[in-house]
Amino acid sequence: MLKLSKYVFYDIVRSKVILAYTAFLFLVSFSLFNMEENSSKAILSLLNIILIVVPLISMIFTTIHYYNSYEFIELMLSQPMSRRKILLSEYGGVSLSLVSSFLIGVGIPVLLYSPDNVGFSLLFTGTSLTLVFTSLAFLTSVKARDKARGIGFALLLWFYFALIYDGLILLVLFNFSDYPLEKATLVLSALNPIDLGRISIMLKMDVSALMGYTGALYKDFFGSGSGILFTVGIMLLWILLPLWWALRIFRKKDL
Amino acid sequence: MIRIEQLTKKFRKLFALNDINAQFKKGQVISLIGPNGSGKTTLIKAILGMVKADGGKIYFNDELINGDPSYRSQIGYMPQIGRYPDNMRVGQLFKMLRNIRKVPEDKIDEELIIKFGLKQIFDKPMRTLSGGTRQKVSAALAFLFDTDVLILDEPTAGLDPLSSEILKEKILKEKSKNKLILITSHILSDLDELTTHIMYLQEGKLEFFKEIGQLREETGELKLGKAIARIMKGEKFDSEWIDKMFEIKDEKNSPLRSE
Repeated sequence: MLKLSKYVFYDIVRSKVILAYTAFLFLVSFSLFNMEENSSKAILSLLNIILIVVPLISMIFTTIHYYNSYEFIELMLSQPMSRRKILLSEYGGVSLSLVSSFLIGVGIPVLLYSPDNVGFSLLFTGTSLTLVFTSLAFLTSVKARDKARGIGFALLLWFYFALIYDGLILLVLFNFSDYPLEKATLVLSALNPIDLGRISIMLKMDVSALMGYTGALYKDFFGSGSGILFTVGIMLLWILLPLWWALRIFRKKDL
Repeated sequence: MIRIEQLTKKFRKLFALNDINAQFKKGQVISLIGPNGSGKTTLIKAILGMVKADGGKIYFNDELINGDPSYRSQIGYMPQIGRYPDNMRVGQLFKMLRNIRKVPEDKIDEELIIKFGLKQIFDKPMRTLSGGTRQKVSAALAFLFDTDVLILDEPTAGLDPLSSEILKEKILKEKSKNKLILITSHILSDLDELTTHIMYLQEGKLEFFKEIGQLREETGELKLGKAIARIMKGEKFDSEWIDKMFEIKDEKNSPLRSE
């Protein structure tokens, strides 16, 4: 299985898109760290960019890659290789290249300017978001037969997680503001990997002091060992569930 | 070698394959022919396990095909459209497949790689290759592992006359090694010298599966194209397709193409 992943990785790493993505992340991180005096402010700005860009690029890139590799996947299917292995190798190759792109583009500046707790959780969030959205993109591309529909579906999902979901949460909070909603919002945040990533980093920063009682409660939870376990566990679920679902569809699919 | 029993595949309401029964043996070169959309590629893909049939069974060496991919180590497949990862180099592709199949060195057949001159372009990325060159790569890959079964989907489409001749010679050579070869093609004159059996599909149905000698006898025609045309016209399968086929044949016989 690793053999195929290796070649997929080689192929992607040489593509211009992935080089441009790495350079973009690197430039943004570097300039933010240079512009802001305070490295935690820089991390906050960087966080906001990462939360938008990483899921978007991961989804679009994966979807386009999948459809471009369609005939190649067919050829692999004519080899003595199981479908499970083929899809997992593709996932391995794509996610590995996107993660390395992120770790080079953002990881190096973070290690240089802010090698602390907050910096590392930023890297953790970015890496897991890459894996989550690559996995989601595999699910949508395996499900949708043609490229246009696949990309449309991927964009819609990204739109939902990055923008619409927050609006819905605000709506809920606003309508039920008379009730204690701390626990409920904790659950709601787990339903969106982007929110989960945002909260887990924000609470490691000083800004969380501005968030009042809810912030204190969150800080208590996410700062504790079980909170970290919770974040990692939910992220893992977000990676594994769509991938497992994609594998199930792929196993029965006609190619 | 391959036995197909009551194979049925539906795409929505349309029958892509409708109750196909056939048996392919070693040493046979079977030409799958029929108009576009008659189910030729679907049949091939069903044998390769890419398309999951709705009903019926396929046996490979008396073993039912049901998801275990190991039987495919005995099949070399040349797809209709060969598209490969853009930045992968030609040499890498061959290396990768050899890595996957893990076939001993003495079972590797590099004849087509050498005859097509692919060695010289081993360090070129796939995206720079022309359609015909990609087709040559596909062909060389199909023959690389000296497999007992060869499945070739439109092998000569897009190849120049010289390469097409090289490929045909190679197919003849493999035929003499007592292999089972399945070919789909619309260029019947290419099949003439190769084939031993004709399998004619129409709208997913197997119209006939005959030995070429028998076919020639029945129709009194020596040329495959004419023989099939006679049968089809007699039974009125799809006259439009026949006319087209004759166009191709006439072109082939025109002085412009004579060698």
